Amino acid sequence: MDLGTTLGGRRFTFRSIKEVLAKANEEKSGDKLAGVAAESVLERIAAKEVLSRLSVRDLRENPVVPYEEDEVTRMNQDSLDAAVYERVKGWSMAQLREYILSFEAGEEELRRLGKGLTAEVVAGVCKLMSNLDLIYAANKIRIPATCNTTIGLRGHFSTRLQPNHSTDNVEGITASVFEGLSYGCGDALFGLNPVNDTVASLTEVLKRFDEIKNRFEIPTQICVLGHITTQIEAVKRGAPCDMIFQSIAGSEKGNRAFGFTSDTVREAKALLKEKGTAKGPNVLYFETGQGSELSSEAHYGADQVTMEARCYAFAREFSPFMVNTVVGFIGPEYLYDSRQVIRAGLEDHFMGKLSGIPMGCDACYTNHMMADQNDVDNLSMLLASCGVNYLIGVPTSDDVMLNYQTNAYHDAATIREILGLRPITEFEKWLEKMGIMENGKLTPRAGDPTIFTAGR
Amino acid sequence: MLDERTIERIAEEVVRRLKESGAFPDAAPAAKEPPPAAEGADLASPEQKAIPLLENAADPEALLRMKKRTTARIGVGRSGPRLNTKTMLTLRADHAKARDAVFADVDPTLISRMGLFTVQTQCDNKDTYLTRPDLGRKLSDDAVRQLREKCISEPDVQIFASDGLSSTAIEANLERILPALTEGLQAKGLKLGTPFFVRFGRVGAEDHVAEVLKAKVVCVLIGERPGLATAESMSAYIVYDAHIGIPEAKRTVVSNIHKDGLTAVEAGAYITEVIEKILQQKKSGVDLVK
Repeated sequence: MDLGTTLGGRRFTFRSIKEVLAKANEEKSGDKLAGVAAESVLERIAAKEVLSRLSVRDLRENPVVPYEEDEVTRMNQDSLDAAVYERVKGWSMAQLREYILSFEAGEEELRRLGKGLTAEVVAGVCKLMSNLDLIYAANKIRIPATCNTTIGLRGHFSTRLQPNHSTDNVEGITASVFEGLSYGCGDALFGLNPVNDTVASLTEVLKRFDEIKNRFEIPTQICVLGHITTQIEAVKRGAPCDMIFQSIAGSEKGNRAFGFTSDTVREAKALLKEKGTAKGPNVLYFETGQGSELSSEAHYGADQVTMEARCYAFAREFSPFMVNTVVGFIGPEYLYDSRQVIRAGLEDHFMGKLSGIPMGCDACYTNHMMADQNDVDNLSMLLASCGVNYLIGVPTSDDVMLNYQTNAYHDAATIREILGLRPITEFEKWLEKMGIMENGKLTPRAGDPTIFTAGR
Repeated sequence: MLDERTIERIAEEVVRRLKESGAFPDAAPAAKEPPPAAEGADLASPEQKAIPLLENAADPEALLRMKKRTTARIGVGRSGPRLNTKTMLTLRADHAKARDAVFADVDPTLISRMGLFTVQTQCDNKDTYLTRPDLGRKLSDDAVRQLREKCISEPDVQIFASDGLSSTAIEANLERILPALTEGLQAKGLKLGTPFFVRFGRVGAEDHVAEVLKAKVVCVLIGERPGLATAESMSAYIVYDAHIGIPEAKRTVVSNIHKDGLTAVEAGAYITEVIEKILQQKKSGVDLVK
């Protein structure tokens, strides 16, 4: 295997495929922090050139975390579709990229192709794509998923309503839910990030969500995003719950740092089948984000895009209902500015879809990075153009519990109107029944949370 | 961050004023006029934020009740599907305060007025500071030299201030907290180190400081990552017998120090007690018995 090239009159040689993958990455502050980034722009392109000549087999046979040491690698390698892999293993990465972009490769072909690709292959081809390549390729693919309802069908664009509160006060949370519903948000999920990760607190909020969902007959899902073990305990004790959530990493070591293993996820899934309130079959919710492995020193010297692709490989083993990258939350030491965040959002969405999982995105930023609300506007439009399953909605873009900014409730209606997208059909019918939406547009009544309290 | 009591008080005041103005009589149909905003009112003030911009709510009283129960920006209304101008500008103003807190330097006249000298970590600008947390935990060679020259060695307690992620937090709190803390600890008869200011500092820089000065207890007063609710929040991280590489769990933290949280003066008194306890028990963080 030749890991060298001459470019612009300079000779570049790389010691390993892991190094080629890392240096072929677009610029990310997290790769610099990890000490794995290309040292010059030319070296980055040299690494891409070397990568483009590697075969699918080269990447499959060189996982960035050893098979013996890591269950994520084992799950990914062992579940690969052998027939698909056999067909493409001799392709160069350049050929793989060109096939994905070709007119022959339609939605069915790409969904089948993904089943034969390991995370390293998915990450590798991503590194050879421009932003518009990522948008074009991702837009060919839709990955719908079904919990109580089905999200991710072509022509639809959904939101997770995120009614976070600084003290988990249920009345305050309810107020934010009503505000969000009145803007047409919440067809993917009502999902709260709790302050108090206790069974009692999770149960109280889940009960309220369940009550709202049933009283107003809202076709959606509910979840409170505590730690997976807390949610399991709450469901065991009878809390109503459609879906269980967990943040995941691209290595077993990273997942252990989050306090769980694949067995915990299997337990959650089995429990929901027995005691969950949703019909399924997709009853899990995962969140990811480039850089989380480095932050727990579980990256094995690999770059953050490759580690992110491994999260999706892990996720697909459990057929989740939703997965989203929380793309700007981690901070400037991993994604420095809006340019890096936008690139990462497009990479993650593409890699997730090619891996075969139902992708959403939390297009967000913290106050110590070089980004502002305009960048969330930009990324949201780009992702909606790629056919992202859902984005997040919070009151006026300000999350008062997580102390960061993401999409406002207002954004979903705006994007739907611009791109001609609709909420999922049964949710749109519900919005029409409530007088919030007509012909895909908000009505004069929309934006008033008190339509849910009037007369009570 | 505003607590619920404050919000409740503000909302009640808004209701009272609206009722007085006749725009919002008891048991009358929904108010058709948007609530009046005073000329030149500060958009980013809690009073202005408590006023719902939503017109013609089905139940205006319910809307005020709902706003009382959360600091989330609800009842804001819309222009087409977009935010109203005032909502958008308020949001941008709050973000601007947060950004300035991160990217501005602490006023050097404050540092000198407080009788402190300034040293730097191994970061030499904000960009490096933000992207290399590892360098923000290490003092520069010059800083080590200066500490050895200017500070007393082997103190019971070494206090220093650092910008961290909010210079605004230091400017808002340091002048009140440092004297309270110094006087409190001196009254307990403790040997206090010479205070100073660390530019581009992360919390972990205190481990390096403790090693250089051989301090029993080290305490950094540092600016926290600003949220939209406040950019003035400061924290104190206190460790017994710190050394480079000490587990994070060994730090005792007093957070949320700002005028709407734990005030600087209250925090000074509280931290004094915590430090005394740490010295008595010879341990800190999760090991400390409260």
